Amino acid sequence: MVMTLFMVSALIFLIINLPPGDYLSNQIAELRSTGQEAGVAKAEFLRKEYALDRSLPEQYLIWIGVWPGPHGFSGILQGDFGWSFEFNKPVSEVVGSAMWLTIVVNLAAVLFVYVMALPLGVLAAAKSRTWIDYLSSFIGYIGLATPNFLLALILFYYGNKYFDLPIGGLMAPEFEEQPMSIEKIKSVLLHLIVPTFVIGTAGAAAMMQRLRANMLDELNKPYVTTGRAKGVPPAKLLTKYPLRVAFNPFVADIGNLIPSLISGSVLVSVVLGLQTIGPALLSALKSQDQFLAGFVLLFVAALTLIGTMISDLLLMLLDPRIRFDARKR
Amino acid sequence: MSRLPDGRYVDDAPYHADHEASQIDNPDMDAPTRVLVWRRFKKHKLGLISGIFLLLSYLLLPFVGFIAPYTAKERDAEHLYAPPQFVSFMYEGEYIGPHVYKTTATADLENFRWTYLEDKTQPVKLEFFCHASEYRLFGLIKSTRHLFCAPDGATLFLFGSDRLGRDVFSRILYGAQLSLTVGLIGICVSFFLGIGFGSLAGYFGGRTDWTIQRLIEILRSLPELPLWLALSAAVPSHWGPVAVFFIISIILGLLDWPGLARAVRAKFLSLREESYVRAAEMMGAKPSRIIGRHMLPNFSSHLIASAMLSIPAMILGETALSFLGLGLRAPAVSWGVMLNDAQNLASIEIYPWTAIPMIAIILVVLAFNFLGDGLRDSLDPYQK
Repeated sequence: MVMTLFMVSALIFLIINLPPGDYLSNQIAELRSTGQEAGVAKAEFLRKEYALDRSLPEQYLIWIGVWPGPHGFSGILQGDFGWSFEFNKPVSEVVGSAMWLTIVVNLAAVLFVYVMALPLGVLAAAKSRTWIDYLSSFIGYIGLATPNFLLALILFYYGNKYFDLPIGGLMAPEFEEQPMSIEKIKSVLLHLIVPTFVIGTAGAAAMMQRLRANMLDELNKPYVTTGRAKGVPPAKLLTKYPLRVAFNPFVADIGNLIPSLISGSVLVSVVLGLQTIGPALLSALKSQDQFLAGFVLLFVAALTLIGTMISDLLLMLLDPRIRFDARKR
Repeated sequence: MSRLPDGRYVDDAPYHADHEASQIDNPDMDAPTRVLVWRRFKKHKLGLISGIFLLLSYLLLPFVGFIAPYTAKERDAEHLYAPPQFVSFMYEGEYIGPHVYKTTATADLENFRWTYLEDKTQPVKLEFFCHASEYRLFGLIKSTRHLFCAPDGATLFLFGSDRLGRDVFSRILYGAQLSLTVGLIGICVSFFLGIGFGSLAGYFGGRTDWTIQRLIEILRSLPELPLWLALSAAVPSHWGPVAVFFIISIILGLLDWPGLARAVRAKFLSLREESYVRAAEMMGAKPSRIIGRHMLPNFSSHLIASAMLSIPAMILGETALSFLGLGLRAPAVSWGVMLNDAQNLASIEIYPWTAIPMIAIILVVLAFNFLGDGLRDSLDPYQK
């Protein structure tokens, strides 16, 4: 995993540096053209300060923190995430609280996916080819086909109109910058309803379909028929063995689920103005604020990798047959 | 049917010893593969309907200029944000043919918006095969003939008009040209890379396989959208719409191939051991020939089905990127660019028709999904 993260960081750095120039050289060009020579000196100084005048591989190593920069070793590994030129603040300050909120939003989405997909998938399989099955797959297809961001807007509008759900943001404005309290948590939860729903629907739909297919495979096996013939009650017949067998792929799938959820959360955050790292990423990418953009991308990738690892661990707990260590000879 | 004394039933028909031998194993397997595929596909009603719908949509793309009553950039400054007009056939209980009513705009100075009033007393008939603004058929031939257009002095905004007074219906048709082809180009890129890398990894194995496997793992573990964003932010802003369109579709394809490559690799690993591959190797065929002639055709059906299932992701991707302002940009017309207008709550509430392109997107994405499902089930007719 560490190796993967390393490769990912290199890839991200490369992508960030694809557009010609950087934030400061753009600024210098702008200052020159408007004749503000005083600002140029400052920007040139900053360029030196953040090693933007060096070669790309060197910049990368300095950013990671395995090469001495102008101030010795000071990079991601040392906990120095760099400077955001646009906000004129250290990156860690810009994204500090947003990082936590991103995790909260994504956790909520994952929970939502499971809470929705598990009962619906089982129900759709048990009552296959009835209206429950058709209804759940209809909702699933709609979730799959609607662009996330528009679903978000429409749900926000109707949620506010009919259920008096709050619009925009992740908490009521008066709670911002406040310490944690019961009231604040309540406000955050209330604000989370629509985003979670929007981010999770597509994932839940895919999950549900897969669980349904797996369950159907299991339910057609002879042991289920035997059980039914012997008079095992239907609920027990469903949960005792078929569900346990069908559950494995369900958990293993979280590795595929998390990248798409995070993608969705970035988009939805931009549209709904949630204070997660989504909007920060968008503005950083647009203005070539490279340290900020690089860090956000790296954080998102790390979050995905950690999520995948957790799913692997869960899978090992759930099914003792699965081991990931090397095969012994 | 006769009943034996002990209560059992026995068929009266005489028993032929070789009756079973003369019957084919699978009576429905008596035709060439493509007939079998078609037979199976026909049973998948949803897939069939979706297929026809998509075929029609793609066939109509070169003719949108003829079908649309307006062109994509034509502005009607008198009718900003005009609501959708309905075409009716009956006027005061009598059939007079398709007609609309003239609308007049009045400024609502309290809410600062335009309100439109229909003049119900004067129906004006639609014109067919009439002359209106100029467009280029197939992008080449200049023409002014439209299938139908607004009658003199009246407007024909079937789905309303947008912020600049452009017809939403016509723009959806023009937008389809870009939005529907973005997926096709993307899938070509993704196929090229996916099949290339997948077959290399599966055929040669060893170190090549290891390297490609790691690459796939890394790309699959990354969330797509932030990467799309980062890549399209790198597209220079001074490029023309056509260049941006191509680069965006290539970007969409660039991140889609790992899933395909994995499937190809797994299939190749098992196919490599088949005796016909051995035979070809013995006869001195080059790897490129073995891969291209003997192995790939073996699972082209799987490839086609998976292509159908990845196109919608690309269409949605283009929409999302354009919506965020990092994809196609304003002079270009695509569904994502159009939805950019519906970006805020105010427009959803006051001008809900600006979000109509969403319906087009949903239809196309659903159709691709159903078609993909249908093809996946039917392309391998020998499987039970």
